[in-house]
Order: sequence, then C-alpha cells, then structure tokens
Amino acid sequence: MTGETGVGPVNRSNREERVRRLMVARPPVLPPDLAAEAVRRGARMLRRRSYARRVMWLLLCAATVAFTVWALTARPWVEPPSETTPPLTGW
Amino acid sequence: MRPRHAYDDVRRAQEFRAYVAGAGGRLLHTATLLTAEPRDANPRARRLLTLALARTYACWDRLHGEDPYDHTRRCLMARFAVNAHRYSGRLPFRLRPAGPLAGLSPQERLVLVMRLHEGIGEERTAALLGLPAERVRAVQNRAMSVVLRPAPEPAPLTGRAGTVPS
Repeated sequence: MTGETGVGPVNRSNREERVRRLMVARPPVLPPDLAAEAVRRGARMLRRRSYARRVMWLLLCAATVAFTVWALTARPWVEPPSETTPPLTGW
Repeated sequence: MRPRHAYDDVRRAQEFRAYVAGAGGRLLHTATLLTAEPRDANPRARRLLTLALARTYACWDRLHGEDPYDHTRRCLMARFAVNAHRYSGRLPFRLRPAGPLAGLSPQERLVLVMRLHEGIGEERTAALLGLPAERVRAVQNRAMSVVLRPAPEPAPLTGRAGTVPS
C-alpha cells in the first residue's frame, strides 16, 4: 500500500477518490414538501419585488407630477421683478 | 393582464417542480454534507436548500439559459459561507456534527464539497470563495488528511517510522 503522506499526483488523486467515495455514500432522502415550500417562498419573493417596483414607479410619477405643477405655478425661469431700487439722490 | 400572469405562474411552478424532482436529491445531499448533519435529521440542510431554491424560483424567468442547478448551488454555497459560524458545531449548545465530514470546520467542508463532491475546479472554487488558489489547495489537503485519518487499518502493521502526517 502506498504511504499516507506521499504528495505525488497519483497518491493525491487516490486520496481524493477515497474522500469522494466517503461523501457519496448514503445520500439523504428528499422530503416531498420541500419543493412546495420553495415555490411558496419564491412566489412571495416575486410578489414583494413586483410590489416594491410598483411603489417605486408610483413615487416617481408622483414626484414628476409635483415638480411639473410647481414649475408651472412658480415659473422659476421668469426673471423676478426687481424689488430694490437705487436711492434717488442729486435731484 | 391577470390571466397571462396566472398562466406564467403555473408554467413556472411546473418547470420548477420538475427541476426540483430531478436535482433536489443531489442538492440536499450537498447541503447535508455542508451542515454535517445526519442523513435522517437534517433541518438546517433542508432550510438552507429551501431558501436557495426559493431564490432560484424567484429568478426563474431571468435565468436566460443559465443552468438552474448552478444557480441554486451558488446560492446554497454563498448562504452557507455567510452563516458558516452557525454551522461550526464547536459550541456546546450546537448539535453534534455527524456524517463523513463531521470533524471539519465549515470552511474545510465547503472546500471539500465544492472540489470533490461538486467537481468545481480549483481556480473557480478560489474565485467563488474569494481566496487564493494555493489556500484552497492547502485547506483541501488538510481536510482530506482529517477525513482519512481513521484509516481502514488502524493496527500498526506497516513500518510507522517516518510516517509523520503533515
């Protein structure tokens, strides 16, 4: 039998094969309700995502409308009438 | 709108169930190896797999030809890696680890499962774990020596001089 501590490639692949065999042995049984539970949780995730997306669009639309209304009433692009006049002196 | 959505939901659920029926057993085996639980009492592995599968279900329409198995496995590994401290089994109030990888740390289990059970290459494993490849190799070597330590022939038959495990 080859030594346990060798580091050659053959020995390494041999060790890997032994570990692999140990791991493969006796797989667990898949419970039948696992898929249904995953579907339930996944569907909830999808619902939450679409809800969040809808709320985001709604906020975006509301913000756009609010900005438009404000812009049309306040007209920030119009130069405001001057409120200060230089003092009239020297007449 | 609603009938089309309902039809999409039914189709997605059918495809997904077929996928779980095919790949679920292997994935649960992987998860159970990671959590080091006994094969007939593996609540953590089931939870891990359920959450990973739920993510795959939520992304099902956006996989675009990507292998769903790959997606679920990646979610599984990522979730395990993030919560690894919960699965260490070193603390007294944790369940005793079982299975073939019972004597290993969570990281050693993760590397061993990725490399040998799932057959992911060394470079890719290193990239997925964010470690250098040499480190992955070292962890794998250490883990293999721990797993193989209870040798099938414990009796000192062969010459033991000089066989110091590294």
